[in-house]
Order: sequence, then structure tokens, then C-alpha cells
Amino acid sequence: MAHDHSHDHDHGGGSALSDIDLRVRALESLLVEKGYVDPEALDVLIDTYETKIGPRNGAAVVAKAWSDPEYKQWLLDDASAAIASLGFTGRQGEHMIVVENTEQTHNLVVCTLCSCYPWPVLGLPPTWYKSPAYRSRAIIEPRKVLSEFGVELGEEVAVSVHDSTAETRYLVLPFRPEGTEGWSEVQLSTLVNRNSMIGTEQATLPRDLS
Amino acid sequence: MNSAHDLGGMMGFGPIEHEPADPNFHAEWEERVFALTLAVGATGSWNIDISRHARESLPPAQYLSSSYYRIWLDGLEKLMLDAGLVNEQEIADGKQAIPAKPVKNILTAEKVMPAMMSGSPYDRETQAEQQFAVGDSVSAKNINSKTHTRIPRYVRGKTGEVDKIHGCHVFPDSNSRGLGEDPQWLYRVKFTAREIWGAEHSLKDLIFVDLWEPYLE
Repeated sequence: MAHDHSHDHDHGGGSALSDIDLRVRALESLLVEKGYVDPEALDVLIDTYETKIGPRNGAAVVAKAWSDPEYKQWLLDDASAAIASLGFTGRQGEHMIVVENTEQTHNLVVCTLCSCYPWPVLGLPPTWYKSPAYRSRAIIEPRKVLSEFGVELGEEVAVSVHDSTAETRYLVLPFRPEGTEGWSEVQLSTLVNRNSMIGTEQATLPRDLS
Repeated sequence: MNSAHDLGGMMGFGPIEHEPADPNFHAEWEERVFALTLAVGATGSWNIDISRHARESLPPAQYLSSSYYRIWLDGLEKLMLDAGLVNEQEIADGKQAIPAKPVKNILTAEKVMPAMMSGSPYDRETQAEQQFAVGDSVSAKNINSKTHTRIPRYVRGKTGEVDKIHGCHVFPDSNSRGLGEDPQWLYRVKFTAREIWGAEHSLKDLIFVDLWEPYLE
């Protein structure tokens, strides 16, 4: 279910292109011919989300919040403005909400209805986030899902699951790992892995930095 | 509509599959479908709620057995046919057969970054008075809309508490039908896992769902 490209490969007739490759090429060519689409814009769109907009943006937000208590408060009060102040704005991040992990609460983000995800800070969602398995299970058995991702929570920690049903987009502010006193924002940002901002992992520990 | 996209709480999909490198795309066609969907969307021929509805109204068996970008591709073709941008013959042949329909905007390469960076805010000014305040007990109505809605099945008929007011936002149930934005107050509502899933579930674990005022009572 995660992706079905394997059975779309060529059918042994020697063609290097699958049926779906050909179908999409034909569609693109039609839309260019009709003037609806600029092919160069397609290349720029792909390049933007492959190379320019991704979880390093979110990591910069988190590292700043860890370093600057005033910024952190702003982020929790008005995430859209606080994130925009670092230059991260736009599509699928127009209405940002940041939820903070604490000793009492662990936050987890899902979109049960489709694949809503905060693009300006995290880029495009990973395939597992869009999969029926995650979308169906995160909301009903979050502790089991978390444990499969390697996050074991004690009973004293409550789990809050946020279902992205509107145009609000959620970013988790993970715990700052111990042993990072005096680290710069740039150093701290190396600990902020993508999943920690979805809530399916904790921030990377300094000893686990590769 | 009650369709296969409304997955919260369903069972039987197995473990969550992980990919070591987590690529955005698994084949070139997926990249092109992603970009085509955004580029044709930028012509202004439909809105985000209409596009979500196109994807979720695919037959349930097809929806659940298709990969993510296959759903986008099928959704895009449906949207373009419905909007009269192309016809069936053109899709089959990959060649123009009828004149292009005038559109509001063409996304050129230099417009991509500004368009992506500005996005489209969904909050709206309103004169309407909000019906609920933070801390109020509210119940999600038992609504089974035949058209697009954003009230998940698992929350219908359940009682929670208003946790935050997001402002007044475009109402998907109206916007998806081309009936206008009809902005409504949007609330974050907090439910206990026990209220949603039953006695075996925790009173401490919480589920937060963003719900528009017409979904609540």
C-alpha cells in the first residue's frame, strides 16, 4: 500500500517505461500543449520540495526555541508569526500551531482524513505518514505506534494526538536533550530529527549523532 | 461523505512501513504528478476542498489499493474533466482536441517560489458571533454528509471541551461544493481517548480535533 510502482513496471515487452509513466507523460504533454502548464515551472516545483524546503527549516525553529525563552513563548502563542520571522512561510503552513512536549505530555500529529502536514517547516510528508496504517492507527493506539517507532512512554506521561482536520498545521516542539548546555543553535539543530517534530520520535541524543 | 479516506480507528492495515531514506518520490512520474497537480491547481479552476473531494470520492476499493500519487493522478484527471479544462478524448490521446479554456492564472517558473512562499490563508473576517468559548463542553453532531466534510466518523456523537479558538475559517462543506467560502468559527476540541474509543482506553490520553461550529452542539 505504501507505493505500488513495483507492479507498474514494464510488462516484459522491452519498454523501459511503465504504463503509468506513459500516461503521465501524455498528460503533461497535453497540458503543456493547451497552455495550462509551463514545463519549467514543474521542474522548479519539484526542485523546491526536493532541495529547498524540508525539515532543516523546522529544526532551526526548534533550536531557536530551545535557545531563546522569549522566542519559545512567541512560538507557543503565535506559531505562524514566530515561524514566519525565520522566513518559513507559505503553502500548507498558513496557520501553524506548535505543541510542546513536557514531562507530563507527549504530542503526536496525524491527518486521519488525508495527508495534511506543515510543508514550510518539514517539507513533503514521508510515505509512512500518508499510509493507511499510520492514519488509522495513530489516533486509536498511539502508544503502540510510538513504541514501534522506538518511543516508550511511562504511564505517567499522557499522549495527546492532534488530528489535522482543518487548515491548521501542527509542529511538535520536542524535549531538548540533556548534556547540550552551551550548544549553539546550529549545533542544537543537528539533534532535531524530522520525526521528533511529528512526535513519532524524540530528539536525537548527543551520543547518537552520526 | 463516508468513504475510504476517513481512516481514523480502522484496523487491519498492518505495521507502519518504514523506508530508510524516506524519498519524497519513488519514480519520475510521481514527481510529475505532484508538480502537475500544483501547477494546474494554480490556474484557479478549483479550490483545495474541491480537490480533496475529488480524491476521496474515488471508489473505496480503488482508493485503498492505489498508491498516494496514483490517487493524485486520478483526482487530477477528474478535476480537469469536471472543470472542462480537458475532455476524455484528449486524456486518452495526450493531444489537444478542443480549444483551451481561459483560466485565471498560469504558474510560470518565476512565479513558483513567490506562490509557494505566500500560500493561501484560510482565515476570514466575520461579523458572526461565536457560539462557544474555551472550556465549554461541546458534542460533535452525528452528521453523515453525502458531500465533502472534515468531521471524522470517529468523533461524531462524542463530547469534548473547547480547547482553543482558531478564528473564523473557510468552511470546507460549502467551499467543496462551489457554494462559496461561508466562513465559520473553527475550534480545537479536546476529547479523552476513553470518550472516543471506550472504557479500555485512557482518561488521560487526549485527542484534539479541529472542528467548525456547524459540526458542534
